[in-house]
Amino acid sequence: MSGHAAWCTALLDPDRDLPPGLTTWNGSDPAQRFAVYRNNVTVSLMEALADTFPVCQASVGEPRFRDLARDFVRAHPPRSPVLARYGQGFAEFAAASTLAAPWPYLPDLARLELACLDALHAADAPPLDPDTLTAALARPETLPALRLGLHPSLKTLDSPFAVVSRWAAQQGDGAPPAIDPGRPESAWVLRRGRAVLVLPMSAGDGRFARALQAGATLGEAAATAAADESGGDPDAAGGFDLTRCLAVLLREHVLTGIT
Amino acid sequence: MSSAREQAIRTPAGAPGPGPHPGLPPRAGVGLKPAHVQAILEGAPDLGFFEVHAENYLVAGGPMHTDLTRIAERYPLSIHGVGLSIGGEDPLDPDHLRALRGLLDRYQPALFSEHLAWSTHGGVFWNDLLPVPYDQATLNRVCAHLDQAQDTLGRRILLENPATYVEFADSTLSEAEFVSALVARTGCGLLLDVNNAYVSCTNHGRDVLGYLAALPLAQVGEIHLAGFHRETDSAGDSLLIDSHGSAVDAAVWDLYAWTLARLGPQPTLIEWDNDIPAFDRLQAEARRADRLLAGLGTAGGTAGGIAA
Repeated sequence: MSGHAAWCTALLDPDRDLPPGLTTWNGSDPAQRFAVYRNNVTVSLMEALADTFPVCQASVGEPRFRDLARDFVRAHPPRSPVLARYGQGFAEFAAASTLAAPWPYLPDLARLELACLDALHAADAPPLDPDTLTAALARPETLPALRLGLHPSLKTLDSPFAVVSRWAAQQGDGAPPAIDPGRPESAWVLRRGRAVLVLPMSAGDGRFARALQAGATLGEAAATAAADESGGDPDAAGGFDLTRCLAVLLREHVLTGIT
Repeated sequence: MSSAREQAIRTPAGAPGPGPHPGLPPRAGVGLKPAHVQAILEGAPDLGFFEVHAENYLVAGGPMHTDLTRIAERYPLSIHGVGLSIGGEDPLDPDHLRALRGLLDRYQPALFSEHLAWSTHGGVFWNDLLPVPYDQATLNRVCAHLDQAQDTLGRRILLENPATYVEFADSTLSEAEFVSALVARTGCGLLLDVNNAYVSCTNHGRDVLGYLAALPLAQVGEIHLAGFHRETDSAGDSLLIDSHGSAVDAAVWDLYAWTLARLGPQPTLIEWDNDIPAFDRLQAEARRADRLLAGLGTAGGTAGGIAA
């Protein structure tokens, strides 16, 4: 085993032996000094996760979140020196962990928080200029065949749990949301200016946005979004509302191009 | 350093020369924190420069870049890498090097610096600055990594002396000898972290003034100052942790004054990365450094200070 491989093995597992060859000037225990590195690695990465998932931490409480985060750090240390995306896979990890079992909504809440971080750091793109938009609206018969360019920050999320309300409640006074925690919810996550917005939308609205992102025309995307409703789920969360979607695309400067 | 060795220094084409660098004034600067950006843009504080960690800005867009662009329009900028793993056993990550080059091309900072440390192995990033043994094999490897990084980035790198908590039985060179050889062989400069020097020398029972005097001080292009946290090792001696979470210690201010007396004014960064204070508090630390840089103040540290 190379020197660094031995270090890596010992860094994440305090039960492992120290890497060989360590010494101290005064004969003090090298294990205590090596523990500084162990602590730096594990605690800094746990703090990075706490920064990325503050609502998850608030929901399960700091002690339980720290246990989950420590397990995640040891199972999935980062693969890149850019930590802005560290925490990918945390949702799946939480879903499989008995530590998170009392909070079945936690994986989706983690997905929502990661979407917020992704939206924050997504590429910049200027909104569609008003002249182009006006010209397109002047010929309504051509609208269904148009393809819409959307801001790179736009993400969609669907959950069988009320994670959007839970997230929103945590942004205010932290009071628990006065909603049925088992109500399905969907959201669009996007960056407007400096701010990340989490907008409650329907599952159909989410299908619409994803179809546009996949390159469908406006007409195709609307058809895709509406078609899935015929499956029979009358839940309002499944309702696609084209007017609402277009209003958000324009109001929040999500629309960046028309072709 | 002998004149023969000085002549052997190879500097990448177009790289800034030794000593104070054009664009980064011999003034105090501070690390840029997102929480302080608004206060800085509104208050236009009188600071020499701002420094950022490169890896925090390797994202596609959004407010991090918006803010840094506005700061860089108003102040000189230093970019400090914390993830290149120059001391690593593995090859440098070519994708990361390319990303750094893109960041440097975009912001054209006056300085780019990195650490004498490793942080990545086997594809895993450990988010800490881990130590290397000071032997010939490691020296050759670190030199090769520095050559590659300076060539790819198209500029001279300032390498920072480390804060360490253990030593290696296999080391055959002193840290100062190792750093001197690196500088001589690669033409890199030295980012002298005075706090790290104090922390490491305390942790390893070294004479800090002897250590500083043995470094290639003529190649210093920037100084770092930060706070440490004091613990005690199992033998009852001080074990200092480079925590960047408090004010600069009196002993480090004294060492800083000693260093300035030797080197003259140098761009000096106040690092405060954890338990980040209000901007005013950070600026007060910078003013203290500025007074020393202007030759107006005394270190104001331990009674009697350190004899130069």
